[in-house]
Amino acid sequence: MFKHGTTVAVAFVLAVLLTACGGAPATPAAPANTDAPVATEPFKVAVVMPSAETDLAWSQAMIDALRSIQAEMGGEEAMQISISENMFNVTDAAAALRDYASAGNQLVIAHGTQYGTSMFEVARDFPEVSFAWGTATDTGEAEGFTNVFSYNASAEEGGYVNGVIAAMLSTSNIVGIVGPVEAGDAKAYIDGFEQGVLSMKPDATVNKTYTGSFGDTAAAAEAANTHIAAGADVLTGSAQQVVGAIGVAKERGALWLGTQSSQASLAPDIVVATQLYDWTGVLKDIIAKIQAGTLGGTAYDLTLENGGLKIVFNSEFPGVTPEMQAAVDTAIQGISSGTITVLP
Amino acid sequence: MEQLFTLTTLTGILHSTIRLATPYLFASLGETISQRSGVLNLGVEGQMLMGAFAAFFVVVTTGSLLGGVVAAIFVGALLGLLMALVSVSFRAEQGISGIGMYLLGLGLSSLLFRLTLGSVQSVRGFAELALPGLSSIPVLGPALFKHSLLVYVAFALVPLVAYLLNRTTWGLNIRAVGDNPQAADTLGVPVIAIRYATVTVGGAMAAMGGASLSISAVNIFQENMTGGIGFIAVALVYFGGWRPVGVMLGILLFSLVSALQIWLQLVGIGIPSDLAVMLPYILTIIALALAPQRTGQPAALTRPFNRGMV
Repeated sequence: MFKHGTTVAVAFVLAVLLTACGGAPATPAAPANTDAPVATEPFKVAVVMPSAETDLAWSQAMIDALRSIQAEMGGEEAMQISISENMFNVTDAAAALRDYASAGNQLVIAHGTQYGTSMFEVARDFPEVSFAWGTATDTGEAEGFTNVFSYNASAEEGGYVNGVIAAMLSTSNIVGIVGPVEAGDAKAYIDGFEQGVLSMKPDATVNKTYTGSFGDTAAAAEAANTHIAAGADVLTGSAQQVVGAIGVAKERGALWLGTQSSQASLAPDIVVATQLYDWTGVLKDIIAKIQAGTLGGTAYDLTLENGGLKIVFNSEFPGVTPEMQAAVDTAIQGISSGTITVLP
Repeated sequence: MEQLFTLTTLTGILHSTIRLATPYLFASLGETISQRSGVLNLGVEGQMLMGAFAAFFVVVTTGSLLGGVVAAIFVGALLGLLMALVSVSFRAEQGISGIGMYLLGLGLSSLLFRLTLGSVQSVRGFAELALPGLSSIPVLGPALFKHSLLVYVAFALVPLVAYLLNRTTWGLNIRAVGDNPQAADTLGVPVIAIRYATVTVGGAMAAMGGASLSISAVNIFQENMTGGIGFIAVALVYFGGWRPVGVMLGILLFSLVSALQIWLQLVGIGIPSDLAVMLPYILTIIALALAPQRTGQPAALTRPFNRGMV
């Protein structure tokens, strides 16, 4: 019996250590002023994401949106956010999703395509909790789910516009793309980017590489080195790994076009423009639906037309010409009105 | 396809190979020293992460690259001492304590990063240093002799470690302790002290491997930025048959394939990217499987020393 007890104790300590290091579900802080009368219960939302909330990319775009809604709704008393970051291990993420669903959250966000299978399993067991996941287009309606929202980003649209900018900036007519994994919104962005470059300069060379990882900073750095050695003078890339590539681009004087979150703070001299993912509108709509009693069923899509995607120039970068601005406006209008089809 | 066979590409591939090899060299050579004394340190990855963070933090706050290097060495040695305490004095199962060290380094470096710097930023790290004369040799010059200081240091460590292990009394003692600690003990070799020293040096070198990423190759710190390099570094010690030169050759082969796969993707040769990024790992597994049966493995590797018990 003693031996058994020891094993259990060791297993427990290990489990605690593992979850602690893997980024345990943050315990929602107790309401700041418990004795003060609170008019209504705060809206409780939890999010599980694969990288740090300060990754200047995928995860940060979501957190920025949640925080801005929280501020708008009236702070912690109106909306509580629980965050599990760095959940690159899907099994850990699944456990976190289940914890959050049973902890009284009204909305649980699985912020990563890789969490889909786990999310649907948990969603089946918690029909009264609303779930959202992305990037994805499947709300599980065909399988009878009524409590799942999905969100997607038409990243190829901003990719196209960034490609137009890259083509105008490049003097070597070679641009390089530091891709993560050849799937999802990363692939869409990259293919759109290539199309955008070629729309301006049909004879330009677009070199594409993938690191095989969303978060491998060192691999992204080496990919950027390789692109620059191959003659590229304008680079782009996607996912949280790109900070490594931006570091190299900065060192070697190549220009950078960003996506997801603004990376201008990292390298103000070389980041020209960013396609921002603005999840605020999507999240507001989801929250309004939940408060009205609808727990799922809508598939959202960020586009340039609905304002979920925005092309933002870095104000500190001096090389933006009026012609470039005009070309960008033309491209955005063309995509919004349907005269330009990205990735037909 | 023909783009792959131009001189520019060749220089590019070799240049990448040398740069990619650097963190592995620091970590694997340190691990070689440690394993030759009979201690498997599986926590290299964690020590690299802490070294990467310590160096980066000092460079961000003071701007001193030398300060960053000193900080990495200090933190790495400290973690090496901790590893020695657990593995040598407490005689813990080395595979398990190594995982513990990895998790400690991963968690602690992320936590400290969060508490101190908070968000991703970049530093001005070691600049590329073209060796006069040598770097103007066609093709090979720019590939081999146009690197940052830490790259040259990493390669200089290969003969240094080989000399230490094979030509000095220290090295003789390290090998004796790794092969037959009981016999070494009866001859008056301080087994425990030697293992403490090797694991501490190994920790410091692993931390330098991390620093070679954060203040030389990438000039950024991000949580979990080593992404498995520390574990590959341990595998490469086996690959290299516990000999510094063999380890270096293994690292160069692995780095060459890593560099090559990026170029293969870049020139659009048409192999799926998922397959391309797997190539270096597939190669390592094949080479490990085909390698002669662990000749050169220290006989007492992973066996804690306990005087009076065999």
